[in-house]
Amino acid sequence: MGLVGKLLAQRIALGLLLLFLVSILIFVGTQILPGDVAQSVLGQSATPEALANLRAEMGLDQPAITRYFAWLGGVLTGDLGTALTSGQDIATSIAGRLANTLFLAFWAALISVPLAIFLGLLAVRYRDRWPDKLISAVTLASISIPEFLIGYLLMYFIGVKLGWAPSVATIYDSMSLGEKLQAIALPVAVLTLVVLAHMMRMTRAAILNVMQSAYVETAELKGLSMFKIIWRHAFPNSIAPIVNVVMLNLAYLVVGVVVVEVVFTYPGMGQYLVDHVSKRDVPVVQACGLIFAAVYIGLNMVADIVSILANPRLRHPK
Amino acid sequence: MKDQLEYLKRQVQMNRMSRRAFLGRVSALGVGAAMANTMLATSLRAQTPQKGGTIRVGIQGGASSDSLDPALATNATATSVLRLWGEPLLELDPQGGLEAKVAESYEASDDAKIWRFKIRDGITFSNGKDVTAEDVLATMERHSGEDTKSGALGIMRGIKSMSVEGNTFIVELDQPNADLPYLMTDYHLIIQPNGGKDDPTAAIGTGPYVLQTVDMGVRFVATKRDDYWGDLGHADTIEFTVINDDTARMAALQSGQVDMVNRVPPRTANLVGRAPNIDIRTTSGPGHYVFIMHCNTAPFDNYDLRMALKYAINREEMVEKILFGYGSVGNDTPINSSYPLYTPLEQRSYDPDKAKHHYKKSGHEGSILLRTSDNSFPGAPDAAALFQQSASAAGINIDIKREPNDGYWSEVWNAKPFCTSYWGGRPTQDAMFSTAYLSTADWNDTRFFNDRFDELLFKARAELDEQKRKEMYAEMSMLVHDKGGLILPMFNDFVDGVSDRVAGWEDAKVGFELNNFYAPMKMWVAA
Repeated sequence: MGLVGKLLAQRIALGLLLLFLVSILIFVGTQILPGDVAQSVLGQSATPEALANLRAEMGLDQPAITRYFAWLGGVLTGDLGTALTSGQDIATSIAGRLANTLFLAFWAALISVPLAIFLGLLAVRYRDRWPDKLISAVTLASISIPEFLIGYLLMYFIGVKLGWAPSVATIYDSMSLGEKLQAIALPVAVLTLVVLAHMMRMTRAAILNVMQSAYVETAELKGLSMFKIIWRHAFPNSIAPIVNVVMLNLAYLVVGVVVVEVVFTYPGMGQYLVDHVSKRDVPVVQACGLIFAAVYIGLNMVADIVSILANPRLRHPK
Repeated sequence: MKDQLEYLKRQVQMNRMSRRAFLGRVSALGVGAAMANTMLATSLRAQTPQKGGTIRVGIQGGASSDSLDPALATNATATSVLRLWGEPLLELDPQGGLEAKVAESYEASDDAKIWRFKIRDGITFSNGKDVTAEDVLATMERHSGEDTKSGALGIMRGIKSMSVEGNTFIVELDQPNADLPYLMTDYHLIIQPNGGKDDPTAAIGTGPYVLQTVDMGVRFVATKRDDYWGDLGHADTIEFTVINDDTARMAALQSGQVDMVNRVPPRTANLVGRAPNIDIRTTSGPGHYVFIMHCNTAPFDNYDLRMALKYAINREEMVEKILFGYGSVGNDTPINSSYPLYTPLEQRSYDPDKAKHHYKKSGHEGSILLRTSDNSFPGAPDAAALFQQSASAAGINIDIKREPNDGYWSEVWNAKPFCTSYWGGRPTQDAMFSTAYLSTADWNDTRFFNDRFDELLFKARAELDEQKRKEMYAEMSMLVHDKGGLILPMFNDFVDGVSDRVAGWEDAKVGFELNNFYAPMKMWVAA
């Protein structure tokens, strides 16, 4: 167990180091963007006086390195600073947006992960017969169409023509859970379609791989039913690659949904980030970037750890 | 048939057709008697304002980085939210005149240097406090102070001093300005308690609505005030949802999730308007799309080269292909018929021969670099390509450089010698000319330095005789048209979409889209 503990500690330390490097990258990236925040806030209607006043107030006249360390210190103590554009506390604004993004990701994951694994199992069970081919064809088609197009198609047919679900997914606090779920029906459907194929194909491939091994043959000779073999013997042994691809897709559901959020006007992190990038609101962009990076690194770390725990061979490297 | 029914309904509403005639005409279209009677009833009900209900607006142009501070408002969402809770001293009326808001009346001294605004009696802010002339003074001070960030600073500059006398707010100007009342309609200049010096984002004003929910860049909900002084605002609740994506906004209108939207893309306006429950409303305004040359930078410092380019653009083609007909042809002056003192000039049109002639005379060789970007105006890169084609027919080579949207307003516009851009227009000629064509203007984006023009501008400002002013403005337009660096191919219409759940649309000649952003308050829930 000591060895496992050491491995875990190593993974976590690596993750933190990576996060620190990412923070530097984000900072440098935001510095080399053209234009500055004062210009973007005032837009075309900026007069030189108004610009100079705004720049001084926002501390943009300080050197970059000073600003970086001041910000890093703040983050470590839980203070993300205030948005340059609206003067609001970033931590509180992000908390609401992050909760919305996680809400959407949660429901999309709740539907897509079991569905993908179930479809994967089904595809293996009916390998090379019509259910397998149908599942593959549909999921591959849905992953090949750009997500905004799927969004527009669903919006047009289900939202406008049939009127089954609202085309605008704006949610707010005074909505009941039922109303919120109705509002996010279309974005959840789009996200499910987008992530389904990846996870389902990986499940199918991983299980098929295991199905070649001798112990599955033994199980077959024992007279177990096909589905039981897959579920009891093949699936547990192929869990590592499946968890990996599931985590990658969960990360995508959190950090990669910008387009879907914009199309359905869902008030999540993606929309919030885009608004502030275009206004050069550096502290907000950095905070969002860091949170996205943390989610991504965190979920990948979980995938690593699960694979290590699930596979005795990785626990005892030679 | 939908169009005919609509036409007949409108005829009845305007008392141009009797009830009997309506029923007869409608049944000729194959509509049953019971149905026709219902239609008559709803169309008659629709013409008198109904109180109550909720009006839902899908609006483009908001971001989560916006602020409620009127001084920092820059986009459509921020401006229309300001309109709900606050009011300026005066406001433009739909025909281009002035409407009294917080100021009940105003008068000028004979030389138009001193202006007195009488504050309306007995009106209160939404926090219950009376509105005083001191509040007005404090508001103007906040927008004109040394350290202000207000977008209205530019128009506040000519003010020498401001003072209060009883319930009168007095402005003394450096130079006479007959248009000062128009400047007071600027959307930043919302009157706030103590000028908003205590909390600029408190959203406390004299407007007909009070904000209940504020989620920047997402959603705003406002409810009607009981103690509002005027008769504006019919719905109990007005709800704004920010929908920046064009397709999503149109889908929201078509599926009935919102009752009105701004900025219908001209490309799809016909398609959207075909739905039975949706009307497309267009408003021609002073907004325009431009190609701007710096008159002091080679090769554009050459008069003949500028003329060559002005003759090398096909304005009609641009209105048709870039605006899809939702606009009108420009004439290389920022002034069109939406300005009160407009005089038409002779229309300049596409003439490859004249362009060739001037180009030859200019002695220029090689290609000319034109910078453009998607956000300089909708369809700008396409317009640049059209310009390139029409110019090559005159033997002029234009190279197009596509610049990124990010930083376009800081790095390219008003910095590089030849680029695409847009202007929203201003309520008066004086405001438009002094913003962008006066030699000393910050945004003199064509680097137009003309002594005669500057002289006329100040003279016209001080002139109270309308006929004389009109002549001066005509001459100034002519100077820009002939000598300036402005190529103005088209004035863009505002295109809005309105569902038949709401009624009371009013056509306007001035201001911004959605009836100068007053449509949510002027319209009512009909169904």
